[in-house]
Amino acid sequence: MLEIKNLHVGLEGEKEILKGIDLSVKAGEVHAIMGPNGSGKSTLANILAGREGYNVTDGTVQYQGNNLLDKSPEERAWEGLFLAFQYPVEIPGVNNIYLLKAGLNAMRKHHGLDELDAMDFLALVKDKMKALKMDEAFLYRAVNEGFSGGEKKRNEILQMAILEPKLAILDETDSGLDIDALKIVAEGINALRSPERALVLVTHYQRLLDYVKPDFVHVLSQGKIIKSGGSELALELEKSGYSWIDDSQRADS
Amino acid sequence: MSKESNYIEKLLSRDYEHGFTTDIETESLPCGLTEDTVRAISAKKNEPKFMLEWRLQAFRHWLTMREPNWSSVVHPPIDYQAISYYSAPKNAADAPKSLDEVDPELLRTYEKLGIPLREQEMLAGVAVDAVFDSVSVATTFKKKLGELGIIFCSFSEALQEHPDLIKEYLGSVVPYKDNFFATLNSAVFSDGSFVYIPKGVRCPMELSTYFRINAISTGQFERTLIIADEGSYVSYLEGCTAPMRDENQLHAAVVELIALKDAQIKYSTVQNWYPGDKEGKGGIYNFVTKRGECRGDNAKISWTQVETGSAITWKYPSCILKGDNTVGEFYSVALTNNYQQADTGTKMIHLGKNTKSTIISKGISAGKGQNAYRGLVQVAAGADNARNYTQCDSLLLGDKCGAHTFPYIEAKNPTANIEHEATTSRISEDQLFYCRQRGISAEDAVSMIVNGFCKEVFKELPMEFAVEAQKLLGVSLEGSVG
Repeated sequence: MLEIKNLHVGLEGEKEILKGIDLSVKAGEVHAIMGPNGSGKSTLANILAGREGYNVTDGTVQYQGNNLLDKSPEERAWEGLFLAFQYPVEIPGVNNIYLLKAGLNAMRKHHGLDELDAMDFLALVKDKMKALKMDEAFLYRAVNEGFSGGEKKRNEILQMAILEPKLAILDETDSGLDIDALKIVAEGINALRSPERALVLVTHYQRLLDYVKPDFVHVLSQGKIIKSGGSELALELEKSGYSWIDDSQRADS
Repeated sequence: MSKESNYIEKLLSRDYEHGFTTDIETESLPCGLTEDTVRAISAKKNEPKFMLEWRLQAFRHWLTMREPNWSSVVHPPIDYQAISYYSAPKNAADAPKSLDEVDPELLRTYEKLGIPLREQEMLAGVAVDAVFDSVSVATTFKKKLGELGIIFCSFSEALQEHPDLIKEYLGSVVPYKDNFFATLNSAVFSDGSFVYIPKGVRCPMELSTYFRINAISTGQFERTLIIADEGSYVSYLEGCTAPMRDENQLHAAVVELIALKDAQIKYSTVQNWYPGDKEGKGGIYNFVTKRGECRGDNAKISWTQVETGSAITWKYPSCILKGDNTVGEFYSVALTNNYQQADTGTKMIHLGKNTKSTIISKGISAGKGQNAYRGLVQVAAGADNARNYTQCDSLLLGDKCGAHTFPYIEAKNPTANIEHEATTSRISEDQLFYCRQRGISAEDAVSMIVNGFCKEVFKELPMEFAVEAQKLLGVSLEGSVG
């Protein structure tokens, strides 16, 4: 589904952040990308979703057999790529439900489907909200405005549940959550696991992985994947911290 | 600024939708302004003598005045002798008695504007007084309103049928000496709308006027007078468009509102006069004086305006809170794009006790547009417990535009409670990216974010206008995202 080869990325006019990433994600798989702050995790998430301001200097990214990098962010969204943001942005005056509906209907339109009317959409949303234990009042508040950290993250998962992406990238979705919120979010993520869908969890800590068990874990450090393995690798990291990576990297270089 | 500004620039390269002209034979006065012009206008309308006298007083006073230069708008000097002060569709001499008698070409113009002039508006509950150049063309629903004792007609007609009401109220809120443009209007106004709501009557439909400037080199000087008698209620809508012309056209209107004891007036404007082209050529100079007086206790006047058109907008819909417990409100969205300039705001004059005013102003600047909020909150010595809340928000699109805020506060009573909040923001790359990641195109995202920014004002508009205003903002920001 996603095929990243030798990806080199820098900020426009600045130094390289990703220095040759190789990653292959198939449908049905859950991958975790772990690494210390500044290792390039969020850059990877952003470049996949199409954020501007980055410079791809080398390498390719194929998504469902096509070049992903020359597509606009909205085209990527229509084709089933979803990014759960680390810092969901506030949009004053725009109702949450309005954004959700506009996004879903833009996608349906792209696929030649009829747009959902307000009633059908509301029924769909309410159903999804129940699973995430979200209060309906959320729908009528401005997008992320005045939401707590946990509410923002749950809102991201709600959007994901409604848009039903093929490839979902979750950027630090566990950060800022207390244990109860973490469990609810994890349940929401698990509910979306399916043989047709791939998930990429970008995270600093292991604790989300206690609840969402990944098939593969990759350790990212200084712009490179330095180690890949099964879910046991996450536990290993948890035990010994990121310091051993730095040590092993120093030994490499 | 990076890609964001490119998108916004593309979004802003829009075209004016109402730029058609209508081919109708008109009868105009030659350009120029003398006492004879004033007499000619008055004679054409067969006005009562007091009206001519009033016009002449205004004209003589105007000769002693100078164009104001305190606002932040910039324009080449206006040649007041190069303007025709009266233009009317020719066959309007024997005024149309019903829509069937209105020139079909004119009706097509209104259709193009999407103005509901025909009977189906009954369903929409809108009664329309359409002012085309200088003459009121048709007023619908007069009969239905008449049964309630409501008078809704052109100003000229009111002068013939209800001269006493005009004599009593005209100039009682905006005196003819008020300011340069209001004085000019007082001398040469050609028509406008008149509304009287009798005691205790709640007007069952929105009353509506559409203004359109069509003829070349004409100014439009209309005058609106609305009187809400004790305990009555009226909601009034005003919309404006003009064809595209290379030269600037002057629009200097006066609106006077009088709310007596326990009365309420809600006045909504969607102004979409031709703004000029992308290089700033042409467009309407919109110099308007709008003022309402809450004359009796517990009265309320509410102004809501959405200003997206005109090369220059210069207007300050204001409230004089004379009665005790009176309420004044001002909700405004002003959008300037390309070379448009807006200097707009309000004056809230607190005279009575326990008076309350609210000001919500949303300025959106794009392209090279300049947008100024200018407001005065004045609390007189006797106005115990006056309260004001002011909120001025500016949104910048791109990096060549400007937003300015000039709030003036004069409080002469120690019990006054005055709050002022102001913010300036821009559409962030983060907001755009977030929306696009959810599948919403950049163009739709900008329109959605701008509409969100204006929400507090739009919710004050009557339903059918709110939809129009949202669309208008969408169109105003529309372009070709490649």
